[in-house]
Amino acid sequence: MNIRTSLASASKPANPFQPDHGLLHVRRQLANGVCIFLTTLFAVAAATFLLYLVLYIARQGLRFLNVAFFTQAPKAAGELGGGVGPAIEGSLIMVGLAALIGIPLGMATGIYLAEYGRGFLASTVRFLVDTLTGIPTIIFGLFIWVLIVVPAHSFSGFAGGAALSIIMIPTVARATEEVLRLVPKELREASIALGATESRTILRVVVPAARAGIITGIMLAVARVAGETAPLLMTAFGTPFFSTNIFRPMDALPLRIFNSTLSPYDIDIQHAYAGSFVLILLVIVTSLSVRWATGGFKPRGR
Amino acid sequence: MVQTPTSHVTESTEHMADESVNSHIAVVLAPIKMQALNLNIYYDDNHAINNVSIEIPERQVTALMGPSGCGKSTFLRALNRMHDLTPSARVTGIVKLDGQDIYAPDMDIVRLRQRVGMVFQRPNPFPKSIFENVAYGLKVQGGHSAQQMKETVERSLRGAALWDEVKDRLHASALSLSGGQQQRLCIARALAVEPEVILMDEPCSALDPIATLKIEQLIDMLKQRYTIAIVTHNLQQAGRISQYTGFFLTGNLIEFAPTTQIFSRPQDKRTEDFITGRFG
Repeated sequence: MNIRTSLASASKPANPFQPDHGLLHVRRQLANGVCIFLTTLFAVAAATFLLYLVLYIARQGLRFLNVAFFTQAPKAAGELGGGVGPAIEGSLIMVGLAALIGIPLGMATGIYLAEYGRGFLASTVRFLVDTLTGIPTIIFGLFIWVLIVVPAHSFSGFAGGAALSIIMIPTVARATEEVLRLVPKELREASIALGATESRTILRVVVPAARAGIITGIMLAVARVAGETAPLLMTAFGTPFFSTNIFRPMDALPLRIFNSTLSPYDIDIQHAYAGSFVLILLVIVTSLSVRWATGGFKPRGR
Repeated sequence: MVQTPTSHVTESTEHMADESVNSHIAVVLAPIKMQALNLNIYYDDNHAINNVSIEIPERQVTALMGPSGCGKSTFLRALNRMHDLTPSARVTGIVKLDGQDIYAPDMDIVRLRQRVGMVFQRPNPFPKSIFENVAYGLKVQGGHSAQQMKETVERSLRGAALWDEVKDRLHASALSLSGGQQQRLCIARALAVEPEVILMDEPCSALDPIATLKIEQLIDMLKQRYTIAIVTHNLQQAGRISQYTGFFLTGNLIEFAPTTQIFSRPQDKRTEDFITGRFG
């Protein structure tokens, strides 16, 4: 900065088109430098907390990871050994159930919003989808509790999956819509100009062109609901036993972490750490593999 | 020299005093393939095309030129009803294909677009294989055997002078081709459904001079079998490849005549200004 200003003042007579460098110039340079410094500092601070969290969980969790952790059910209170097998099984079932309901509904909503939606209905749907994205997920749990759990007189994996699917829909819908909008107009026109109908154009040209982005959106939504705890408290409830009956209470990894953390026994705390690590790993692996497989949110081509 | 903004022919012919739609008969000697009669196009309140009547002769290249924003692309897209996609666009008037109004309610729009194909400004191959790109129109039609499809794809690629360059990699992605090749692929894709008319919307504006030359040679070849209407803002291109030229300015067809006449003896002062490079 100093060199620049001295150079500028030295060459001042030589170049009449340069603005007068004086105090103002120094002040601008200073403000610029301060700005860069502050934003960098805060960015590093934010990343440090994240990194510390991940490393801490990894250090604590890795120690307690073993085969039994994945395959066995929790032992009776305070007894050593055992694992969180039912939670992993339950998480897989409920997330699968949520994906089964949430992905088609979400994608259809996204396609409607991006391709067909016009006027009042479309803006209403878009507003609702945006609102749903922002609603705390425990509300969805309550909603399903009222809608399914109370009438059925039982917590159930089905209710848990339903709650998770509602959380997925807006995320998948918005991701699908955004990516479809990125597909160049020229591609649609090319298809229409060959005599294809609008629906054929969308299904055969537009959606395939946006496939990578849509898959990315879906994977991120799946990873997100896999870590949801609050809505499952009131729907799946949790159980220490293996259960594949989706109409009975079911365990899930985040639920198991929540319950174990409150336990007075060391073995439960250890399971909670290991479970947290597995969840974080799941999210990181999902993000990385999606990024690797698709090269970001861009649609394919161009 | 009375020249209203909407007049579209030289004043030298007598029968153009009224808005007569037959005013070009004297201009076009070849059989008429497509015809626009008092065509008006609006985008919301914006009057983009103002009462244009024109005749597009069969198996000739008709160039539509004019400065940017003069409405030439807008007009071209009305010839296969691409404006149907734009909710804000409104079209009035008549466009005839072989004497049949394409805006008539009983018009089969799928069939229309197969008879009137289109090539766009930027090469826009589907993100699929070369083969699938060319076969797309056939799949839309349905009812073609795999063998027929293969033959048509080859014939179309040959027709677009691309076959020799891609015959060994038909199943490679179309996006792996160069820009000029992609544009010829788009032409092959349009040829595959055996259209009668091909509309080209500045097909060379995104290409380098060598690729442009290839496309121009191709257009010259294609006119033996197809009626071609091409939009260009490149004067030299219009001069090189077309037999008839229409000059558009701010939504009006100022002048329509054989290309040689437009370039040697323009009847309208504005046409002359444009081709001598005084504006646009």
